[in-house]
Amino acid sequence: MSGKTLYDKLWEAHEVRKDTTGTSLLYIDRQLIHEVTSPQAFEGLRMNGRQPWRVNANVAVPDHNIPTKDREKGIEDPISRLQVETLASNTSEYGITEFDMSDPRQGIVHVIGLEQGITLPGMTVVCGDSHTSTHGAVGALAFGIGTSEVEHVLATQCLIQEKSKNMLIQIDGKLQIGVSAKDVVLAVIGKIGTAGGTGYAIEFGGETIREMSMEGRMTVCNMTIEAGARAGLVAVDETTIDYVRTRNFGPRGEELEHAMAHWQTLHSDADAEYGSVVFLDASEIKPMVTWGTSPEMVAPFDGFVPDPKHSKNPEQIRKALAYMGLEANMAIEDIRFDKVFIGSCTNSRIEDLREAASIVKGRKVSDSIQLAMVVPGSGLVKAQAELEGLDKIFLDAGFEWRDPGCSMCLAMNADRLEPGERCASTSNRNFEGRQGQGGRTHLLSPAMAAAAAIEGKITNLSKYEKN
Amino acid sequence: MKKFTTLTGLVAPLDRSHVDTDAIIPKQFLKSIKRSGFGPNLFDEWRYLDHGEPGRDNSLRPLNEEFVLNQARYADASILLTRSNFGCGSSREHAPWALEDYGFKVILAESFADIFYSNCFKNGILPITLSAEQIESLFNVVLSNPGYSLHVDLEKQLIRYPDDSELSFDLDPYRKECLLDGLDEIGQTLNHAEEIRSFEAKHQNNYPWLFKEVK
Repeated sequence: MSGKTLYDKLWEAHEVRKDTTGTSLLYIDRQLIHEVTSPQAFEGLRMNGRQPWRVNANVAVPDHNIPTKDREKGIEDPISRLQVETLASNTSEYGITEFDMSDPRQGIVHVIGLEQGITLPGMTVVCGDSHTSTHGAVGALAFGIGTSEVEHVLATQCLIQEKSKNMLIQIDGKLQIGVSAKDVVLAVIGKIGTAGGTGYAIEFGGETIREMSMEGRMTVCNMTIEAGARAGLVAVDETTIDYVRTRNFGPRGEELEHAMAHWQTLHSDADAEYGSVVFLDASEIKPMVTWGTSPEMVAPFDGFVPDPKHSKNPEQIRKALAYMGLEANMAIEDIRFDKVFIGSCTNSRIEDLREAASIVKGRKVSDSIQLAMVVPGSGLVKAQAELEGLDKIFLDAGFEWRDPGCSMCLAMNADRLEPGERCASTSNRNFEGRQGQGGRTHLLSPAMAAAAAIEGKITNLSKYEKN
Repeated sequence: MKKFTTLTGLVAPLDRSHVDTDAIIPKQFLKSIKRSGFGPNLFDEWRYLDHGEPGRDNSLRPLNEEFVLNQARYADASILLTRSNFGCGSSREHAPWALEDYGFKVILAESFADIFYSNCFKNGILPITLSAEQIESLFNVVLSNPGYSLHVDLEKQLIRYPDDSELSFDLDPYRKECLLDGLDEIGQTLNHAEEIRSFEAKHQNNYPWLFKEVK
């Protein structure tokens, strides 16, 4: 018999029972809760007279609706305000810990979970949010669920699940200067497509992933869902343990020793078999930019917008180009922007901000850019950045320096694009209307977004190398 | 949970792949704390020519006459025919809520995104996966025959065409059972409460650090 994958191990360690129909009851260690996908779950719990199974397995934070400036004025939009207040009243009614808007630890749920050690290696982690895959970076089985399932986990601490297939994405080779985790994951999505991972849990492995920082791995796992897979995973190694051992809510003392012994086992066996294996050569990856309305519509910065005439799906590409206001065959480097957004659960951690600041330092945002904003992923990321003087670099250049939240990744708060506006964005989705109705999103790395702010357009990062 | 047994309904063709849940129900409508009322804003950005906001009277908004659901021949459709990777993107259950509220009970596609697929079953919607050839031929026949309807039988796992020919489809037996009976899944799981408790005790004993309180 062949060995087990990391996913197999995590699954087996949480399987409460197996049903004759082939589904399993899976135990959930941690549920993260935000304001958008939870109100109806709490309502369901209440209507059925049920109580949370294990209150302290749940941690809540508002992030999608909250303002990123002038917070002391509260939330202006009454509907957004009601949703955030509903989270506060639901969590207080059931005694669930909430990091509210005034808590310095507040931030994007997928940033603070890992930052605080609320999510740890070996856990099963769920949240009513597809980017829950982020937490797989520490060797946790983490995936997004719907609101009915949020209620199911609240009431039973379990989910009825069918096991996914295993996919390995093996990335070897050294990344070129200026190429980051974001470019790696965009290259992966470009290769396998947005449905390439459907039905799979994806493990990212290989030399490139091993050499990647924890925050880089988070960026990669974060966008696993954009390749169709609910869960992304990276095996535990020294990098993981170094990161996790100092986290606020992680184990301490003797318990840490036991935990570390267990964490060391959280990798796939050498003879594990995968349903699918995909290879990428990291040295061939260039800074990537999406040109269309799906994350798989992506090209290297020195590439060209495709011609529908020479494509397998001409109609799809024609629709995307019409929405994006781009011409077939134009150079990606000729794409010019109106706004720049550095933030989101994909790219709002301290390394992302350092990477962007290194480009921005001593330069000015182009006059052609109407708004360039940096939205740190959490209150603690913001504080750390300010300690390092990054805020000053951004402000001096003409960026706005905001408070943490999801912000213009999905524009549920006041931060959004107007129809026709074009944005260089470090977020994860370039869907039609994602950043505001009629808005045009180009996904790229923090360094590329920073350079886009300075130049007003897509730029070859090599000119910034001396910085 | 809502039941699904059989349905005879008009088919509306949405000729796109990778329809994401942001397109199915845009973010501004996710601010609602209710589970109902999303139907008027289903496919909002494609359906209307102006920008929609919660609380607006949708009957006063200008319609995009070209959008398939605004064409008179597809009024009252309850079966949505589409292409591949339907429901990709965000996990928002507001997407099946909006589809169901609008009146769609069956979705026929080449493939579905995982989270969306699972969310459908919790809301009385039957997503059916068919081959690319089957979907293509359905698009042809639906477009050339106004009023084209299908009969769907979940128990028998069959789609019956107007000429009485039939097509079978695959479905996970557990999901089928839940949908047929409208089972309360939480209640089902709580039938195993003892097993969960004993698993939990063992799990806590093995990995006590996973149970640490977050304050």
